[in-house]
Amino acid sequence: MSDTLGAGSLKGTARYTWGGDEFLFVEISEAMSLAANFKSNSMATRLGDRALAGVTEICPANASLLVRFDPDVLDAAELEATMREIEVEVDNTAHPVLNTRLIEVPVWYDDPYTRETGARFRSGHQRPEGTDLDFAAEVNNLSGAAEFIRRHHSSPWLVSMVGFVAGLPFMFQMVPREQQLEVPKYLSPRTDTPPLTVGHGGCFACIYSVRGAGGYQMFGIAAAPIFDPAQSLADFKDFMVFFKPGDIVKFRPVDEDEYKSIKDQVEAGTFVYKQVPVTFDLAEALDDPESYNTKLLENLNDS
Amino acid sequence: MTLEILEPGLSTTVQDRGRFGHYNVGIPQGGSMDQLSAEIVNALVGNSAEEAVLECTYLGPKFRTSAPAVVAVGGAPVEVKVNGATVSQWEAIELAAGDEVSFGFLQGGTRYYVAVRGGIDVPLVLGSRSTYALGALGGYKGRKLAAGDEVPVGDTASGEVLAGIAPELRPAFPGETEIRVLLGLYDHRLTDSGLATLLDSTWTLTPVADRTGLRYSGPAVEWKAREQPFGAGSDPSNIVDAGYAVGSIQIPGGKEPIVLHRDAVSGGGYAMVATVISADMDQLARSAPGTKTRFVAVTMEEAVAARAEGKALRRSIWG
Repeated sequence: MSDTLGAGSLKGTARYTWGGDEFLFVEISEAMSLAANFKSNSMATRLGDRALAGVTEICPANASLLVRFDPDVLDAAELEATMREIEVEVDNTAHPVLNTRLIEVPVWYDDPYTRETGARFRSGHQRPEGTDLDFAAEVNNLSGAAEFIRRHHSSPWLVSMVGFVAGLPFMFQMVPREQQLEVPKYLSPRTDTPPLTVGHGGCFACIYSVRGAGGYQMFGIAAAPIFDPAQSLADFKDFMVFFKPGDIVKFRPVDEDEYKSIKDQVEAGTFVYKQVPVTFDLAEALDDPESYNTKLLENLNDS
Repeated sequence: MTLEILEPGLSTTVQDRGRFGHYNVGIPQGGSMDQLSAEIVNALVGNSAEEAVLECTYLGPKFRTSAPAVVAVGGAPVEVKVNGATVSQWEAIELAAGDEVSFGFLQGGTRYYVAVRGGIDVPLVLGSRSTYALGALGGYKGRKLAAGDEVPVGDTASGEVLAGIAPELRPAFPGETEIRVLLGLYDHRLTDSGLATLLDSTWTLTPVADRTGLRYSGPAVEWKAREQPFGAGSDPSNIVDAGYAVGSIQIPGGKEPIVLHRDAVSGGGYAMVATVISADMDQLARSAPGTKTRFVAVTMEEAVAARAEGKALRRSIWG
């Protein structure tokens, strides 16, 4: 198996430590990789399946896992023993797969909203001239913003963590490490970011779910909501947050006209995300990322 | 019945015990920052501990009752006035329809709580009435109160109004405090001298303190230099973005530790080195800017014992 997505051997490597008397923190790996995220997610799912009394929150993250518990109900040592048992189970899974969904997310790249905000906060930026896209293209040795945008939407991204603020997805690009887009965060964080900004910091993409502070570079704006406390759209009928860890995202570039047409559908309450159920196979993905991604993304065409 | 808000105060929000079970998608627990004070004022007016209260920050609101009501105010010391006349904190107050309640200046601490018999009756959102303003969720229309708001009060309270609360049960708001922490998470990333600095220094709470967290000034804390792992940021205090324990302490760039509180972001890329024990989260929230603070390391056993003491104290309030 190729190690190009940063798999390495993660068997039995997790580090267990406490965040006060209510949190167990399990660090799968210090470094980000698809395999570390997969393990964190698998351990979270298995802990949830056990429905252990006293476990109150299970939060899988990029390369770690945070579990909240009520020490009046569940002894810390018992929780740790259970998690170590689950780690062995996950390590011994012969052929790990993730039953998840592939979602198409329409994005207006190089839009006027993020461009205006970027211009306002230029003094806190590494590259005072130009835009965040120009900067991102430069640091990734690409020919320009257009090439960066193409690279951004041509491969799928795995939702590796949801959080920071309500419903914000962190996404990890499913390509070999040397092809991953990497862009430093702003030198000094902004006090403002438009809602639904498609951002990037380090190796992670994100979509800002609410307006507010932010330090990620800004590349565009998603057309449809990802957090809907009023639960007015069909995709939010069951829950106000759209993304779940393990979701796979394909960005689709849209122009101003289509952006506005999607906004109208959102306004009318008729917008639904294009999504299909998929089974993600870690070994296949690590073995030949390029053809695996091509095959994976074909699912969207068939739907 | 309603409370008509005449002046909103600086930041007055509806809070209860908090919203649990959705931290995995970034929805914080929220709830009253000083849970004990909120619980005592609920007990005073005959509410259950679950009822929602108003959390007032520094400068309180002015409100008028639409019908006869029973209220109680507790938490940070402040002058309470009914129709301009001073009344006592930590006691149930009988109000007639049209009475106006207002507040003087704080004499310590940061937040005080107003309970109304029947509870603040805003809709439950994900199991809680707490306000999460950043997500425009819960509370009164998802935001802090504004002039002209009519805040609904419930009409059911089963308990008896209490005559008062023993002075020794009331929280204190000292200018110096010791906060117990459990070391862990990424404490191994600090140098020995960095860890000693954290535990041996007296820290001063800066004005950068709100429901999301508290930032302290003091000496620089040294991180171990290293080649950063893939996906972590470039500073030694950075990690691959991870979940944040509520109460955890991060020291971005080795300067000005931040302790995360109930409305904090649920995760991020700064290494945490210790976590305030659950029993001391209320005491932390009572700190006013300028409070001299020492972080004292305890063991898990000591943290669990302190938690049991807190529970015993609460039982004595409810009798």
